Amino acid sequence: MNILVVLVPCSLILGLGALIAFVWTLRHDQYDDPAGDAARILLNDDVPPEERGCATTSLTC
Amino acid sequence: MTMASCPGCVAGAPMAASSAARVGVPTHELILPTIHCSACIQAVESLLNARSDIFAARVNLSRKRVAITGAPEADPAPWVSALAGIGVEAHEARAAQTKTSDDGLMLRLGVAGFAMMNVMLLSVAVWSGATDSTRDFLHWIAATIALPAALFCAQPFFVSAWSALRVWRLNMDVPISLAIVLACGLSLYETSVGGEHAYFDAALSLTFFLLGGRVLETRMRRAARSAAADLAALEPNRVIRVTGDNRTSCPVDEIKEGDTLWLAAGARVPVDGVLLAPEAQVDRSALSGESDAISVSQGAVLSAGEVMLSGPITLRTTVDAAGSTLRRLIQLASVAEGARSRYTSLATQAAGIYAPLVHGLSFAAFLGWSFATGDIYHALTIAIATLIITCPCALGLAVPAVSTVATGRLFRAGVLVKSETALERLAEVDTVVFDKTGTLSDSALIPGADLTTEARSVLKALAEASNHPLSRSVLPGLVSVAAADVTEISEHRGLGVKGRFGEQSVTLGDGAWLGQGVGTVLQVGDAIFVLERRERALPEAAETLRALHDMGLDVHMLTGDSQANADRMAAKLNVDHVHASVSPERKQALIHELQDAGQKVLMVGDGLNDTLALTQAWASIAPGTALEASQNAADVVLLGQHLSGIPDVIHIARSARARILENFGLAAAYNMVAIPLALAGFASPLMAALAMSTSSITVTLNALRTRARP
Repeated sequence: MNILVVLVPCSLILGLGALIAFVWTLRHDQYDDPAGDAARILLNDDVPPEERGCATTSLTC
Repeated sequence: MTMASCPGCVAGAPMAASSAARVGVPTHELILPTIHCSACIQAVESLLNARSDIFAARVNLSRKRVAITGAPEADPAPWVSALAGIGVEAHEARAAQTKTSDDGLMLRLGVAGFAMMNVMLLSVAVWSGATDSTRDFLHWIAATIALPAALFCAQPFFVSAWSALRVWRLNMDVPISLAIVLACGLSLYETSVGGEHAYFDAALSLTFFLLGGRVLETRMRRAARSAAADLAALEPNRVIRVTGDNRTSCPVDEIKEGDTLWLAAGARVPVDGVLLAPEAQVDRSALSGESDAISVSQGAVLSAGEVMLSGPITLRTTVDAAGSTLRRLIQLASVAEGARSRYTSLATQAAGIYAPLVHGLSFAAFLGWSFATGDIYHALTIAIATLIITCPCALGLAVPAVSTVATGRLFRAGVLVKSETALERLAEVDTVVFDKTGTLSDSALIPGADLTTEARSVLKALAEASNHPLSRSVLPGLVSVAAADVTEISEHRGLGVKGRFGEQSVTLGDGAWLGQGVGTVLQVGDAIFVLERRERALPEAAETLRALHDMGLDVHMLTGDSQANADRMAAKLNVDHVHASVSPERKQALIHELQDAGQKVLMVGDGLNDTLALTQAWASIAPGTALEASQNAADVVLLGQHLSGIPDVIHIARSARARILENFGLAAAYNMVAIPLALAGFASPLMAALAMSTSSITVTLNALRTRARP
């Protein structure tokens, strides 16, 4: 019984973490262009961010 | 990474004020119908991002669009021509579009998934033997997660059920909402009294599975609808207005009465007007179905939708953009009430049988048990357990799962299904009515027999050099000819193409421009060849009609064209029933007569004269080359003129209908086992969970069997 007091919150926190991650991906429009995302991994990404226009790639800033 | 350590940001810091405008919402969108791979993305993005008038450009491959952030008032014409330079077709989109995914529904799905998994975990602990205070503790945690989650996630079902109940109707969402509410209510009561059975996991997994079906279905339908909207937007929405000596490009919507417009040969008349040029040839097929070119002279009335075959010409508008024939027809089609608005979908029909049956059964169980045992609480538990376990899950998924698979398969084959019930209606079709001009046939410039071999090869070289629709239409007649080596080719906009072949100067262009009267003329040195405009059947037409015939469908052909032209085409294509010289109203009436005789008619048409018929028919298909008004009136739009898609649509629709009925059968079979157990009082939450998952999976797997060929 006592172990449940630790384990149940543990599992809930892990689940909440996944939910928050999902909401984050949703907020950042990650489901808007699945075909494009699949194709983009084949692109050569060696171009430094400032040349690509840093404004669009806020992650690297 | 911090702000300071990013070299790009340090360099860009002084520009922060100006770049604030950059990051915001894209100002323009272009439709790129031909992009399909990562190389296309890179080519488009690097070209556009290198331009000084564009701050940022990002391609969306799923929607085949590029979002551009630039000055809000910038004219996208130079971007379109720059893209054409690297071989990418681009069109200006009319309005920025909604997204492919529905964030609200997705968020609910995510929350339902989180809540379902956690509650299921707690339930497994209870099923594996937790008792007394441990069980109560687990139930209370489950309740704190499940109640808010169900309230939030099942909202779409509650809203839809309420809107149906308000007008005294039943839809599938009524039993679904009822099951969710009762499962939560009963479980909460059981938890508060320390009872044994809580159905929180059942309520949540029901919500999760059904939301999943709904997300996929909306996504698929939005993709098809937005592709159809893009097709319609391919019609040019800018025209050239002449004011004094100036020619300015302006959007069609801004045309006022009395404006003078300049139209190149091949352009569509955007707004009704009178011809100012001495003479011209027009193609009226979109309005009347006539396939022959019509000669008109100065002062003639030109209606919106007609195509100029000679030119360039000028015309003076007689109405504002909003009052043109085209707009009035679009409005007419949108208010016309067709047979299909009275169609009740299979899901609604099923709900109409299922809901009263199940609700009646559980009420009977309640009465039976209370009389037999006198224990009202126990009787109520059994009645509610019956409602939960006759899980509307399989029934709720039966239709969306199949329609997602069918719409998706058709989407990949270039067939866009816009209407929700289109597939169900298409499956019932037993008669197909085709419009002739533009749907089964098109008009093209046919190289006459008097052309020498040399002239043919010159013609091919000149025609290939131009993107003009009239030039393009020559090419199919010249497949076996090799293009001549024509140099110094220059295109004179709206007039024709000039070039040099050896010592001779060669020209393909408007007759008036070359001083040879009205029509399209090829000049090689001093020799003059007039290209005649003739009607020809589309390459896939004969094969498509044969396939439809073999499927046992009755094929009719309706046309506004003359009897002679109609008979010629009918003989070529083996059509049994031909109706020639019919007005748009007569077309509608003919379809009405066929339907009154008990036939389910599929109308296939592209012209403005078909819009009424398209709306009237049981189901309707428009080719992608059709005018926007016809595409709006149709349930299904084909990409391009691929008629061969039509038999496939009907095959898939029939297959989808069969799968839906099988799914209903599966759900019924499962209930035949579950209901007696529930009525006898043996239902447990574990049983409900098992039954719900198995039935949902069976139904989904069966949906995947939807195919074009039996």
